[in-house]
Amino acid sequence: MVDIASGSAAPARIPATGGASRDAAALHRAIFIGLAALLVVAPFALYPVFLMKVMCFALFAVAFNLLLGYGGLLSFGHAAYFGMASYAAAYAAKVWGFTPELAILLGTFVGGLLGLVFGALAIRRQGIYFSMITLALAQMAFFFCLQAPFTGGEDGIQGVPRGKLFGLIDLSDDRALYVFVAIVFLGALALVYRIIHSPFGQALKAIRDNEPRAISLGYRASQYKLAVFVLSASLAGLAGATKAFVFQLATLTDVHWSMSGEVVLMTLVGGMGTIFGPLVGALVTVTMQNYLAQFGAWVTIIQGVVFVVCVLLFRQGVVGLIAKFIRKPL
Amino acid sequence: MATLFGVPLQALSGQLLLGLINGSFYAILSLGLAVIFGLLNIINFAHGAQYMMGAFVAWMLLNYAGVGYWPALLIAPVFVGLSGVLLERVLIARLYKLDHLYGLLLTFGVALIVQGLFRNHFGASGLPYAIPAELSGGHRLPFMFLPTYRGWVVVASLAVCLATWLAIEKTKLGAYLRAATENPALVQAFGVNVPLLLTLTYGFGVALAGFAGVLAAPVLSVNPNMGADIIIVVFAVVVIGGMGSILGAIVTGFGLGVVEGLVKVFYPEGSATVIFVIMALVLLVKPAGLFGRTA
Amino acid sequence: MISKARLLAGAAMLGLAAQDAPAAAQVSGDTIKIGLITDMSGMYADADGSGGAEAVRMAIEDFGGEVAGNKIEFVVADHQNKADIGAARVREWIDRDGVDMVIAGPNSSVGLAVAKIAADKKKPFIAIGSTSSRLTNEECTPFTIHYAYDTVSLSKGTGAAVVADGGKSWFFLTADYVFGASIEKDTRAVIAAKGGTVAGSIKHPLGASDFSSFLLQAQGSGADVLALANAGADTINAIKAADEFGVGQSMKLVAMNMYLTDVHALGLQVAKGLYMTDGWYWDLNDETRAWGKKFFDRTNKMPTLLQVADYSAVRTYLEAVKATGADDGETIVARMKATPVNDVFVKDGVIRPDGRMVHDMYLMQVKTPEESKYPWDYYKLVKVIPGEDAATSKAESRCTLWTNATQ
Repeated sequence: MVDIASGSAAPARIPATGGASRDAAALHRAIFIGLAALLVVAPFALYPVFLMKVMCFALFAVAFNLLLGYGGLLSFGHAAYFGMASYAAAYAAKVWGFTPELAILLGTFVGGLLGLVFGALAIRRQGIYFSMITLALAQMAFFFCLQAPFTGGEDGIQGVPRGKLFGLIDLSDDRALYVFVAIVFLGALALVYRIIHSPFGQALKAIRDNEPRAISLGYRASQYKLAVFVLSASLAGLAGATKAFVFQLATLTDVHWSMSGEVVLMTLVGGMGTIFGPLVGALVTVTMQNYLAQFGAWVTIIQGVVFVVCVLLFRQGVVGLIAKFIRKPL
Repeated sequence: MATLFGVPLQALSGQLLLGLINGSFYAILSLGLAVIFGLLNIINFAHGAQYMMGAFVAWMLLNYAGVGYWPALLIAPVFVGLSGVLLERVLIARLYKLDHLYGLLLTFGVALIVQGLFRNHFGASGLPYAIPAELSGGHRLPFMFLPTYRGWVVVASLAVCLATWLAIEKTKLGAYLRAATENPALVQAFGVNVPLLLTLTYGFGVALAGFAGVLAAPVLSVNPNMGADIIIVVFAVVVIGGMGSILGAIVTGFGLGVVEGLVKVFYPEGSATVIFVIMALVLLVKPAGLFGRTA
Repeated sequence: MISKARLLAGAAMLGLAAQDAPAAAQVSGDTIKIGLITDMSGMYADADGSGGAEAVRMAIEDFGGEVAGNKIEFVVADHQNKADIGAARVREWIDRDGVDMVIAGPNSSVGLAVAKIAADKKKPFIAIGSTSSRLTNEECTPFTIHYAYDTVSLSKGTGAAVVADGGKSWFFLTADYVFGASIEKDTRAVIAAKGGTVAGSIKHPLGASDFSSFLLQAQGSGADVLALANAGADTINAIKAADEFGVGQSMKLVAMNMYLTDVHALGLQVAKGLYMTDGWYWDLNDETRAWGKKFFDRTNKMPTLLQVADYSAVRTYLEAVKATGADDGETIVARMKATPVNDVFVKDGVIRPDGRMVHDMYLMQVKTPEESKYPWDYYKLVKVIPGEDAATSKAESRCTLWTNATQ
């Protein structure tokens, strides 16, 4: 059984029972509230569009981490679900005149559907093969987007109308959109938190840690894996579709393999198998991209260095380290 | 003129030959990956970057030191291989006790760094590298005009693949290697220096990538991104072949090159995706790959 | 927990609403701020990139760093070929940093995204390296100026000139995405209009490293002209393979989109004889040579079309600021559209109501190594393509700004 989280991210495991768990739950609740409060004050200090971008990517990383950190499956092709959903939502809103919530739902559905097809293929192999298969399938999706006429090739789908939420609230105002994105983000985060702590999540962790044993206990491992794959792809789709509205565009960047690499980086930096790690990772990575923009190719080099340093020295990631220090799962 | 599905047979044989030429690159690259994977159990994501390095080292040798193509064909892979040895000693060796996926992540990071550095220094639009005088020109075969250099690519890569196969299957060192792949602890107990074996194997696999890079330099654009996309295709090749056998990697590489060549005639738009489609089909029918040992 | 979050988020909306006046209303003070967003690290970095930034600096220096009593400031950023990064950066520039004018290097997806933002914020936007003709066609805005070239100028200009030069029968090797398709479509129309024929075409996937198989098919078609409707590494790889397979002996090779730096990358031995359309060349006359040398001294490379256009665009903009003493988008763009451009880049260039700058283009042929006498001596001029022939006509235009205009 190849299992990435069993190596060193172990301290970040969530204990199943006992006082420690109640403690941790209280801590998590506090963090959630703190996070919400932070989202309220942040736009006063930071640029709202930047914050929305961070939230979209954080959601993407959370979705990815659900698969890697809790399912033990390293997908190297998550850009496919993110990007295809982004195209679907952008197209629906621009050409079919869908309202934002419907377009985003459609995007999420497209991400999930694609996840079902790719996931069913990929879970036939394990470990490194699994990663390579997801990468290859995502590359296929990239070529599809490149050649299909509706995506607009290198121009992408531009000028996506932000529209009116439920036909009522005008999202063209950055502030309204900010609130909407924040709600989607916190909602999805809470959902993932629930999933991880549900019986389904526990079974998933059992399979991750020892697949043969879980199978002998009667769990249908491959069904669980496929389910978490589809969930993760749907959430990645949700992130991509939301991003299409924030920037009002969907382009090839979102389906390119380097995007798949970026989400791995975010999760690795923040701490895989932690709930809040991907958030920190997304913040760090997006900030790096934005503020190192004047240094040209150095962005790639620095990202590479961060990868290497994380793998060699900080396999738990930032949040994983903190969790280890305070001896509580985060 | 005889035709097949509306395509003249003559043209078809030309395309088959061209497919074989492209397959040469897939074969050498997947062979390198397979050798490394066999012993080290890591997927070397930096393989594409090392292939690119091979091409650039050849260019640098020519432009900075006046060393031509033929010496470069030997020197550049050695250089790239040495850089691999260094990489293995300094970084990769620290990961053997961990999950194999960390190796993938580490080498991915290394690939980003190497590509970024070359892009910073040489720009992104590429550099010229001329075909050596001895191999310029071509031969008019009954069915096509074959540039001499392309023919040389097939011959050279077949020779290298065959030599590698022989070295691993028929020599004593190869026997150690195969034994260490099966059971490193036992081989170590017999007094074989396994860490050294690991280092050399990685260096050799990487040198193969560098060799492919030198071969590609005169025919493809020598630019820092040249390895980034081909490596994904090679991953698919490796999944299709299954990394169980050295011979499997070679046969699959050449075979898929030919298949891709045929698709370029009948449905050019699909030539970028055909290998991925084949991969999906193989996974459905034979998840372990065509030459894989177990699922 | 969710309900709590919702509540707090609601509070966020109120808080935001209470913020002061939107940042967009900020006056730029006594500085004129120019922002260049371009590819500094990717495949177009050599054609524009840091050289483009240097060209902008040269234009600012021409004005002594000051215009109409305002200090000129310059910011530059790498969009990494990602539309979202480019769009976010430009939004921030205009909203927070008080950038008065945005100029964009290559990559159409970034150009189109930035054009929308600039129009929303009523700032002049000068597109240099974006090839998409949508910028001044169905997606034209009152604030977009498309300065250097577009897919129409590449296809119409090249198509007409090569047919007139004797290339009657064409074969297309087209990159299978929007850019390739639109170049092929536009060129086909011109070829048909000029009495040429198209013998066939192949769509190849973007980034197809090996072109030999496609070239063999092209060679088999018996056409006189092989048109490469692709870009960057694809064009370079196709030309290398064409050289190897001796395609140039039986066919005229025409690159639909190439920069001087690409020829430099290929080397003359391989690129010789190639036809291409360019909007400028450093070795056209004494004026261009002088500027080229000046640029070379600073960057160690001869300027490309994009870099000289960066220079010229900034100059034209600053002239307009100087003449009007204003920095608001409407006044500046109106002034720019009313004044012909005359400088080292173009002679009598006109910015039309749809925002397209119309100027002559040049059909060039790449010299052989023997013909090349000094470094960067790469092109010989085959034909000057008049500006009107290289642009969308009013009848074809789908820009309502123009088609609805009275004149």
